[in-house]
Amino acid sequence: MRRLSRLLAIAAVGLALAAVWEGYKLIGQSIGPEGGPSWLPVATDDLTMPHTWDILAAFVEPVQRGRSETLAVFLLRSAWFTLREAALGFAIGAIVGLGLALIMLRSRFLDRGLVPWINISQTVPLIALAPIVVTWGRTTFLSDTQAVSLIAAYLTFFPVAVNGLAGLKSPDPASVELMRSYAASWWQTVIKLRLPAARAYLFPAFKLAATLSVVGAIVGEISAGVRGGLGRVILDFAGRYTTGPEKLYAAVVAAGLLGLFVFWLANLAERRAMRGRAVELS
Amino acid sequence: MESTTDATEPAVAIRGVVKVFGAGTDEALTAIDGIDLTIAPGEFVSLIGPSGCGKSTLLRLIADLLPLTGGEISVFGKSAEAGRVDQDYGMAFQSAGLFDWRTVAANIELPLELMGWSKADRRARSAEMLELVKLPEFGDRYPWQLSGGMQQRVAIARALAFRPRLLLMDEPFGALDEMTREHMQNELLAIVADLDTTVVFVTHSIPEAAFLSDRVVVLSPRPGRIHSIVDVPMQARTAELREHSEFFKTATEIREALRAVEATIPSAGAPEPSPSTGEAAE
Ligand SMILES: Nc1ncnc2c1ncn2[C@@H]1O[C@H](COP(=O)(O)OP(=O)(O)OP(=O)(O)O)[C@@H](O)[C@H]1O
Ligand SMILES: [Mg+2]
Repeated sequence: MRRLSRLLAIAAVGLALAAVWEGYKLIGQSIGPEGGPSWLPVATDDLTMPHTWDILAAFVEPVQRGRSETLAVFLLRSAWFTLREAALGFAIGAIVGLGLALIMLRSRFLDRGLVPWINISQTVPLIALAPIVVTWGRTTFLSDTQAVSLIAAYLTFFPVAVNGLAGLKSPDPASVELMRSYAASWWQTVIKLRLPAARAYLFPAFKLAATLSVVGAIVGEISAGVRGGLGRVILDFAGRYTTGPEKLYAAVVAAGLLGLFVFWLANLAERRAMRGRAVELS
Repeated sequence: MESTTDATEPAVAIRGVVKVFGAGTDEALTAIDGIDLTIAPGEFVSLIGPSGCGKSTLLRLIADLLPLTGGEISVFGKSAEAGRVDQDYGMAFQSAGLFDWRTVAANIELPLELMGWSKADRRARSAEMLELVKLPEFGDRYPWQLSGGMQQRVAIARALAFRPRLLLMDEPFGALDEMTREHMQNELLAIVADLDTTVVFVTHSIPEAAFLSDRVVVLSPRPGRIHSIVDVPMQARTAELREHSEFFKTATEIREALRAVEATIPSAGAPEPSPSTGEAAE
């Protein structure tokens, strides 16, 4: 019941957004020349703002004249390609992030010395970094798609490292003292106390990292020139915008849905991992 | 003033113990300044005194959770550190400090897990301990599904799970209402009598100290020293004792000692002499 009402609420907001889009378009076209009056920030002709139903219809039309595959299936295939890159990137980022958090927990020196560098790492624009990673990858055994995963990992390790460290440090002193009274080793304290306590910090980071991994994979594909994924599709459709603007919009919707899907996966994982506690929180 | 000097090794021997927090800095604070105390095996000793006089600090020193500034502490003839590493003591504090991601049984089993007990042995022992603290039905619940008094009983079960010879308790019943408190006191006495456990018990409550203890150590305000020790006459500690005249006599004696101690609290913050730190801990 709760689930149904939530779905209804989401659908209602989606419809409202579509209505705003169509409303804006309608106003522009009814008061101005073709494309709307020049004082509107975005022109309202069908090339700039295709109708929402045209975008939806594009999904079931063939992806290209003469091909039987529909756009939806084509996008699904591309999304699957990107998802695999993103998943690998997420896994690498999560492991690296958690590893860094543990290192910073272990060493006060690295805690102080590493944090600024981790912060700086995220100020480097991904677009600038991606070609470097791809170039490096080509000199080693890495394939271009694996290089794309690395680019995704570059985005995902950050929230995991930062939140992970906060989570590992979150147990109260009394709990830490209790473990010490048991003469527990550093690792035992991490496994039995710090990691379980860190879950409440790690899962929000995982959710963020999951969506970032999709962003990283798409941007990585575009700058690495990898074909087969959503990044390339977006690039291609942008190049052929004038002959089919709704296709680009459809691809953007697909990218958004892919992000939503991985977020949902991470959310599901959180619920499973936080079972027990969740009863009280909800 | 020592009650018995029999041939058996003392459970806890405290000699000339000094604790200075932040020694060497201008914020140096002498919490304990020269305490001698010998506790016999099986004895129940309470520490009572004004707030901030160093009761918790003394307990933490015995538990080897804080480094000594001077003097020495031995636990069953060994250093306090060896006592901790050998798991000679169990600890229970004012807040139960249970891990809320573990079931009640898993909380009790935590120290056993760290000691490498098999799963079957752990199960058996936690069931036994739950029986002992009269919560046999609650093993599969989570701590937050229990009342404060029940949580406290679980914490005591955890502290006693591996049958330590020594039990260190810091105001374990402080957060409980009067009825639960008396009930818990009776249960604690039954349990420690059963297992022949030595107890060092910090409390603010005069009746509690008078009811539970063999000896009550009254500490003077900071820097903590022993003001006096009240011997409690040997008696069957039953519910009737609470109404017995001997009980009131003991309580009065403790109260008078505490009054004498409170009277020595300086009204102005006189600078305290910093003790020599030549006698460093090993
Ligand atoms: N980790 C610490 N660092 C610095 N000072 C401390 C620390 N722990 C305790 N102290 C100080 O040592 C003194 C004794 O503290 P302690 O906690 O042992 O008092 P207590 O007798 O247990 O008091 P209460 O009855 O209020 O619990 C206090 O003045 C306290 O401020
Ligand atoms: Mg205290």
